[in-house]
Amino acid sequence: MEQLLGFALPGVPYGCTYALVAVCLVLTYQATGVFNFAFGAQAFASAFIFTYLTQYHNWSGWEAFILTVVVLGPVMGYAFDRLIFRHIPNSNSTAKLVCGLALLVGIPSLLPVIFGPQNLDATTTIFPFFNPNTVYFTIGSGLYSTPINGIYLSTISVTVVVLVLLTILLRFTALGLQMRGAVESRRLVQLDGVNANGVVAVAWIISSFMAALAGVLLAPIYGAFNSDEFVTLTVTAIAAAAWAMLRSLPIAAGVAVLIGVVTTVLQGYIPPDSFWNAAVVPSLPFFAIAAALLILPGLRNLDSSRDPLATIDPPPQPIAASTRAPTMDRIIRTLWYVLLAGFIVSMLTWIPATWETVFNNGLTLAIICLSVTLITGMAGQLSLCQATFAGIGAFTAAVFSVHLGFNFLVGGLIGAAIASIVAVVLALLSLRLRGLGLALMTLAAALLFDNTAFNDIWVTGGAQGTSLQSKWLGTSAFFNFDGHAMFILSISVLAVAVVIVLLVRKGTVGRNLAAMRGSETATAGLGVNPTWQRIVVFALSGAIAGVGGVLYSIQQQHVSPVDWNTTFSLVLVVLVVTTSVNTVEGAIQAGIGLFVVEQLLTYLPSRFGGPSLTIVLFAFGALTYAQHPEGVLEYQKRRSTLRFERLFFPAEAHAEEVKAQAVSAGASG
Amino acid sequence: MPVADIEPLLSIHGVSKSFGGIKAVDTITFDVGAGESVGLVGPNGAGKTTLFNCVCGQLRPEEGDIIFDGSPLLGLPTYKRARMGIGRTYQRVEVFTDMTVRDHLLVAERSRQGEGRLWRDLLNLSKPKQEEMDRVDATLELVGISNLADVSVNALGLGHCRLVELARALATEPKILLADEPSSGLDLHETAEVAAVLRTVQRERGTAVLLVEHDLTMVAEVVDRAVVMDLGAMLFAGTFDDCMADPAVRDAYLGQMGRA
Repeated sequence: MEQLLGFALPGVPYGCTYALVAVCLVLTYQATGVFNFAFGAQAFASAFIFTYLTQYHNWSGWEAFILTVVVLGPVMGYAFDRLIFRHIPNSNSTAKLVCGLALLVGIPSLLPVIFGPQNLDATTTIFPFFNPNTVYFTIGSGLYSTPINGIYLSTISVTVVVLVLLTILLRFTALGLQMRGAVESRRLVQLDGVNANGVVAVAWIISSFMAALAGVLLAPIYGAFNSDEFVTLTVTAIAAAAWAMLRSLPIAAGVAVLIGVVTTVLQGYIPPDSFWNAAVVPSLPFFAIAAALLILPGLRNLDSSRDPLATIDPPPQPIAASTRAPTMDRIIRTLWYVLLAGFIVSMLTWIPATWETVFNNGLTLAIICLSVTLITGMAGQLSLCQATFAGIGAFTAAVFSVHLGFNFLVGGLIGAAIASIVAVVLALLSLRLRGLGLALMTLAAALLFDNTAFNDIWVTGGAQGTSLQSKWLGTSAFFNFDGHAMFILSISVLAVAVVIVLLVRKGTVGRNLAAMRGSETATAGLGVNPTWQRIVVFALSGAIAGVGGVLYSIQQQHVSPVDWNTTFSLVLVVLVVTTSVNTVEGAIQAGIGLFVVEQLLTYLPSRFGGPSLTIVLFAFGALTYAQHPEGVLEYQKRRSTLRFERLFFPAEAHAEEVKAQAVSAGASG
Repeated sequence: MPVADIEPLLSIHGVSKSFGGIKAVDTITFDVGAGESVGLVGPNGAGKTTLFNCVCGQLRPEEGDIIFDGSPLLGLPTYKRARMGIGRTYQRVEVFTDMTVRDHLLVAERSRQGEGRLWRDLLNLSKPKQEEMDRVDATLELVGISNLADVSVNALGLGHCRLVELARALATEPKILLADEPSSGLDLHETAEVAAVLRTVQRERGTAVLLVEHDLTMVAEVVDRAVVMDLGAMLFAGTFDDCMADPAVRDAYLGQMGRA
């Protein structure tokens, strides 16, 4: 018993910080309908700045606490609501999720850009509550005694106080009642005289304060400062919130503490050097998420809009290509062909190797981005494991080459097939899940692969990955950038993938998927099998991502777990959504755009260059998804096209506008 | 046509469905013959839409059997029931946002043919054929929305969306059409148009119609007979005139006023 207690007690402080973030998730979801993936990132930001100020600028613990937790946390929450989430229609659940993801990806990348790369050590943090280095009392005795230091006491006492206050606020005050009403429809409660925006802003302020508090409490427990630890915080909190069905604060808090305790107990009992300790224990939150999603029926349609005033939202804008005047359409199509021909000729003749590498990187990434277009743009479902499918393709090819002596491209084809099969299994497991539920399930799958297969040395060749050898490809041509073989291979495969996506989109499956986006109930009522359509699109998407992963690895000349982790899946979604998730051009622009922007930023001072600022730029681009669900690039294209038409083809532009007005008037009349 | 002469197309036997402690549908039993038009009427909360959902497979009843065209439906998913010939419109309009009216009917047309294979799409063999377009145009003409064929439903008002739903359901050429409050939100003229369409499909195509409707004038125009539900239970089944003369029905519909 003493041994069990000795293993369990160290889990309580972890559990308490998970509980704070889990409660943030539930509170925000209950009051605003937003499932804010960014709480982990907010916690990270506060912890980062807190540690930075106390270590490098000699701020006292209390001063830093007041700035980061009491001021910065709530200000961030208020800003997110005021600038982003308030503008998203209640019915657009994808936009709400994508904006949360953009913040999750963008905030940790923004901090090094603002503060410069920092090597922070949170163990030396000056704690504002109990002294972390003082052992106040000891539970148990002998080998398994647990000293209770200031970190334990601070975390547990602060968590308990905050949860009690919050429960009182929600259960026994008018504000709590108004928060519960606002989640249905801000506009509806406003009709009852409630300042709904104010109520929701308060919910954001409280939950962001708690996220900041969790970050500052957790940082000294983790010690070394790593944003991945805060991803674990987010995921564990998500698991707890899921078991509470995003409704009950006490259950969310209880499950979070339980996960913290179970984790340390398992770590205590399972030998530290065994596979189970390396793979299963870190995967506990992902199993918890998957189990909740599979078992609890309340999680299946979490984000179905209940706003009775949703119908007053304006309809989404059509894509630019569908509204162009005929002459303009001909000019743009011709220009595209000229641009493509010019690009191919340039790549084969004069473009320097550095930029050829940039474009090849972009072309291979564009193939993976196309898989996002299929799942999210065509099927309307948010998958957060597209990089995992790409990784399955790449690692399978590597395994077949390293262990079985296969040609890497042949292994890649097998890898794409396996990625497709994994995608189908995932689709079958999540048949009843939609929107947020599916996003969480795919997130759990991605994290599971990160901690198991992609963490296995036999598969990956170690943390640094496996370097590709030219003999695996049967030729060294793909590694010779002046030979253009990689460019020809990449653009050919991309062209095939684009044609496949376009054919599917305009075919029966594409039309059925478009119908399912509108109403799955009505589509099934016409005799369309929604399950089959989902399986088809997941299989195709997995295969395309797998092929993209293989080509990307050839281009990088190595296969590394870092390339295919969950964070990269989130970045992929953010990238494609920024450009346009509804068009194949959007995927191509996302893939090439990432590397072109990254290359251009290398011309800036080193502090700003590199991937961090690139991700920040795309993340902030993705935040415009709230106003422009068609993608900010697509939105700009439509505006520019309209201006160009009015300037050069006023008669045709006028005729198109009159036609549109006549149709609209005829329809509504 | 006398009821006894019509072979049952849809048989509902003792169907019950509860939500928590509330029995929304309580041992309902009635038949709808092939080509027959039956009104399912009753005040709000009577359980009419719940019964529709049980027939279409969106809800699973706790008790009872539903037989369609000689085959039991229980356990079959919605799409299989639709392929057997059950068409439906919805109380809360369910249209495919972003799609044109014609595309709505093309989804239904392809589904009716059972076509939708990925390999056909990949070989570019999925372009709509002329005969498919002709059938779609004929259905649009029947419902009177040909002028809206290329309009996105995003630009349509509620009345037109209801007509799109009706046309979409008819494009599957169902043996029975379950119409759930098709006149809700429509003006008098549009209601008369919908009633005319329902009469036409019943008489010219031989499609059976099971109509849930609060507009009793429309019900009287369209149906051969009526089934009345109240608080989940069946109050009455018979001709529409007998139904309206029944004291229990009047009481359920009009309460104190009816008794007076």
